[in-house]
Amino acid sequence: MNQHPGIIGKKLGATQIFLDDGTVVACTVVQAGSTVVGKRTLERDGYDALIVGFGEKTARRSNKSEIVAMEKAGVAIPQVMRELRCSAEHAAKYELGQILKIEEIFEEGQKVDVQSKSRGRGFQGVFRRYHFSGLPATHGTHEWRRHGGSIGTNMTPGRVMLGKKMPGQMGNATVSVLNQRIVRLLPEQQLILLEGNVPGAANAMVRIQGAVKKKNGGKK
Amino acid sequence: MKSPVVQALEASLIRSDLPVFRCGDTVKVNYKVVEGDKTRVQVFQGVVIKRHRAGARSTFTVRKVSFGTGVERMFPLNSPRIESIEIASRGLVRRSRLFYLRQLSGKAARVRDVKDR
Repeated sequence: MNQHPGIIGKKLGATQIFLDDGTVVACTVVQAGSTVVGKRTLERDGYDALIVGFGEKTARRSNKSEIVAMEKAGVAIPQVMRELRCSAEHAAKYELGQILKIEEIFEEGQKVDVQSKSRGRGFQGVFRRYHFSGLPATHGTHEWRRHGGSIGTNMTPGRVMLGKKMPGQMGNATVSVLNQRIVRLLPEQQLILLEGNVPGAANAMVRIQGAVKKKNGGKK
Repeated sequence: MKSPVVQALEASLIRSDLPVFRCGDTVKVNYKVVEGDKTRVQVFQGVVIKRHRAGARSTFTVRKVSFGTGVERMFPLNSPRIESIEIASRGLVRRSRLFYLRQLSGKAARVRDVKDR
């Protein structure tokens, strides 16, 4: 499990910027600025993690457990709460109510893992979902044009193979993108510019942590 | 709807030091080229056949005929690699995309000049 330091943020949209040498880089802008609202400790919970919150919401829109827990922690009720697994040393650096500053956690050029919920497309057929090419449009094809064709053989093995691509729910799933590069950090505005695309629509919550498949969490 | 934060970010990238030019104008683009450890300025002169006006992401395409072969090059308008743009002549054209120039050659491929617009 990814235990590198990270943050949660809000996807704002995509744009492009110029690097110092004039190269154009398409990037996604993520608004950071999440607050530590709680902690998990090894002794009490069995693992170390920071509970971070993003945004604010009124008590009227919150349930009682949120109100009481945040009152106890002495922080405003966040709109969204997530747990970020981390080392005990990293968790010890932060106190409740403290903002996770991007310049302390990330560096420019670092590889990070980005996790977010993809746009929901609903129940989709195999054309849209898996780019099947369907059947011939003419030559006697009978109401069978956008279908996936055969789904297997008869007696052997007598069942449909596991993982067979068929129509179903597309999108609205948690998607992780590994090793995305941080093109730029803008600490005054707490903005992170990630190279390429990030799953989900604008205003989606995004979890950014150091790359799990790189040494030192993707830092240089 | 683009987020106001992204809009502000894009606005900060827009260059204001470049001259106003249109499709049909003949421009000289002084473009910085990195060769090894040296940077020199390369000039690309030709007719602007397309302007893609998209704020910070704007581009323009310049066409020239080099040794009988048409060469088109697209430049990001706000690129720091563009040192300067000089306008060699103003052209009079009746459309915003001059792709028809690709089919024409020789004298027919010229753009009518305007002295004053």
